[in-house]
Amino acid sequence: MSGEFKSGRIVIVGASLAGLRAAETLRDEGFTGELTLVGDEPHPPYDRPPLSKQVLLGRVPAADVGLPARRQVDARWKLGVRASGLDPAAKEVLLANGERLPFDRLLITTGTRARPWPHPEEARLDGVLTVRTVDDASRLAERLDAGPRRVLVIGAGFTGSEIASACRERGLAVTVAERGPAPLVGALGGTLGSFAARLQRAHGVDLRCGVTVTSLLGSNGRLTGAELSDGSRIDVEVAVVALGAVRNTEWLDGSGLAAGPRGVACDAGCRAFNMYGIVTDDVFVAGDVARFPHPLFDYQMLALEHWGNAVEQAEVAAHNMVNPGPLRRPHLAVPAFWSSQFGLNIKSVGVPTFSDQVTIAQGSVEEGRLVVAYGYRGRITAAVSVNRAKWLEHYQRLIETAAPFPPEPGAADRPTAPRVMASDVPDPKVLSHGPTVALTGHLPDRRLAVLRPMA
Amino acid sequence: MSTETLLERINAYENRADPYPLYAELREHGVAQQNDGSYLVGTYHEIAALLHDPRISSDVRHRSTPDAARPDALPPSFIALDDPEHDRLRRLAMRPFGPPHSPGRVDALHEDIVEIARELTDGLRDRDRIDLVDDFAYPLPVTVICRLLGVPHEDMPELRGWTNTIIASLDHSPGEDPQEKQRAGTAARMAMGAYLGDLAERRRANPADDMISALVHDDGPEGRLDKPELMTTLTLLTIAGHETTVNLITNGMLTLLRHPEVLERLRREPELMPSAVEELLRYEPPVQMLPQRTPLTDIEVGGVIIPQGAPLFLMLASGNRDPLRFEDPDHFDPARRDNRHFGFGSGVHSCFGAPLARVETQVALAELLRRLDGPRLVEDPPPYRHSPILRGPRHLPIATDVRAGADA
Repeated sequence: MSGEFKSGRIVIVGASLAGLRAAETLRDEGFTGELTLVGDEPHPPYDRPPLSKQVLLGRVPAADVGLPARRQVDARWKLGVRASGLDPAAKEVLLANGERLPFDRLLITTGTRARPWPHPEEARLDGVLTVRTVDDASRLAERLDAGPRRVLVIGAGFTGSEIASACRERGLAVTVAERGPAPLVGALGGTLGSFAARLQRAHGVDLRCGVTVTSLLGSNGRLTGAELSDGSRIDVEVAVVALGAVRNTEWLDGSGLAAGPRGVACDAGCRAFNMYGIVTDDVFVAGDVARFPHPLFDYQMLALEHWGNAVEQAEVAAHNMVNPGPLRRPHLAVPAFWSSQFGLNIKSVGVPTFSDQVTIAQGSVEEGRLVVAYGYRGRITAAVSVNRAKWLEHYQRLIETAAPFPPEPGAADRPTAPRVMASDVPDPKVLSHGPTVALTGHLPDRRLAVLRPMA
Repeated sequence: MSTETLLERINAYENRADPYPLYAELREHGVAQQNDGSYLVGTYHEIAALLHDPRISSDVRHRSTPDAARPDALPPSFIALDDPEHDRLRRLAMRPFGPPHSPGRVDALHEDIVEIARELTDGLRDRDRIDLVDDFAYPLPVTVICRLLGVPHEDMPELRGWTNTIIASLDHSPGEDPQEKQRAGTAARMAMGAYLGDLAERRRANPADDMISALVHDDGPEGRLDKPELMTTLTLLTIAGHETTVNLITNGMLTLLRHPEVLERLRREPELMPSAVEELLRYEPPVQMLPQRTPLTDIEVGGVIIPQGAPLFLMLASGNRDPLRFEDPDHFDPARRDNRHFGFGSGVHSCFGAPLARVETQVALAELLRRLDGPRLVEDPPPYRHSPILRGPRHLPIATDVRAGADA
């Protein structure tokens, strides 16, 4: 009985972190069949977090971020070729080079790409960059090496803020333009947003919030400056567009899957839904491109751009691809991510945007070391630490057990009952960057999926 | 027998060689209140929750009945303090030891550790009987910590005396005067602190290439440790920097000699050593319990309310054998996966020197396996040291076959 699950043909489309970890797990779980990985980048799987950190600081060469192999995966690698379509009836993946890859089971891990600057002509100016791939990071690192007089970062989400931090650490002048009221506010809400704004300014960032970049200016094909919505104008040689990510789902148009701009909908076992909300049993999804229901967040569909989620979801998907129903596992991990910027380590568990209130549970803003707990209708839904990551396991337990919010007082470094404030999570539409954590409604059908901002 | 005497039985010396049946009994009882008002927790998930709970203090001054015998001549070291003070002191001590400021410190010691281990095993070459503790497991980490910190090796016998007195003061055994032990412990702490404080002063004037010099010349944004902080921190690093490693190496060799098939497997598959050392930290952890925790407010654990100020003992070695967490927990499996043991604790107080202890033990056991021919236990169980907290053999007599000729 289990033999049929351990053999046959599996195709994985997307050869980054989720794709690689899934391939390794398939082999760990005894899959002996034919395994093919398709990736549109020419590089073997590599690690993306260092691209906006150590690589930009010149500490790690862009070529050295390859992901370590946990084991041999014995797969056919089709790198540098894009998947262009899926024929679910014939069970074939179509490649841009005309090839057709038949499969018995398919895993979609196509992830996201950087949202491009919306004006194509301006985007083509020499000096306008995004950071998503290793080639992007390598190009930006070279630009920074050349010592530009000023760098403009458009969008103050995590990626934009990390890039700004790297620029300051290298002594470069940097302007950050953010449409929202503060950096990181879309992911972390008002309390930590204003903390991040003070932090950036203290590190010499020319931070401009509540403004948008209306146009990028060029001369002879080179970027020379930018105009902002407040009428101001700045001279820059390098502009980094950090407007969030776009999910790579266009290749699934016409496939009948519930795929759209918010991702590919799947069940808790990573099985993709079709457009009618019927779950498939041969197409699986994992990583940034997946949106899946989570019981801790009212069973809303979550789309996460988190390293840890890519790994954990890929492992669950792979397990479920080679095991029969009763042995299948749900993907229930509590979301978690980290960032390092301006000398601080920021770590999050849960979904901070799924909140109506926050409180500083440990430490203080003044110390620059703190844990902020987030609550939604009286229970804890998230916690974010600044230079206090070792405490987060406690809050993860509280989140998992739906413990009451605010957390009980009595912490050694926060003895008195803390003040509870509004979490102040803005509507993602007011931000210039996309959210890295998105709650995308309750239904798998793409036409019914709506982004539900938490007031 | 009732739970009232469980802690006394764990502390009783006759149970030192094998406390594990008592831990199994403890796990059966859940959170166990003792007749002296203290509480024992021995199940994995409950220990994990308490180790990460910010309402659990490591500062015994928060107990409802603080130790009257302990005068506050010196402040507590960071192991016995809470955040934010614990965090500040630990961070300052970490700057010259590990990442991000000194990422290469432990790596740089690796060659030294190999060399020290080789010199020590060279000395065992022509002997058919050795005491693993005195001949190898003690001198190795002591030499390493002296070299790391910059403590003159010839002063180590004196430091050993102070260390033993301080460790003896941590637990109570029947028939002894606890006040007298506490007083002796405090005096030893003062003497050791004064010695290390003076040494730090000398390094301030004449820096050398060691961690004490780096510590006293550090110019971080948060300043430096002051004199009393320096005294207590260096005392902590010196004791914790070797004491537990002695037991880890000794427990390791004892466990391998009790599992000859594993010993043979490690000789065949030396790449398994890091994983075997992790299993050792689970199976025979050198720190058996954390006896100094106290709730800052009433805390519910496993259906029991532990009141504010009550002495709370987290029985790490028991959690490491909890069948609800570890499959077949009494089986020693050098290739065990998913092995998040409490061998180094967990949470904000997790072992400061863990990277060093790992390297030392991996190197030590690999070298012993390579050099000892046909090692056999002479007595099992071997004689143990007194402490139920920092548990390990006092001597580990081993018989070996003497090889003809030298061996590289």
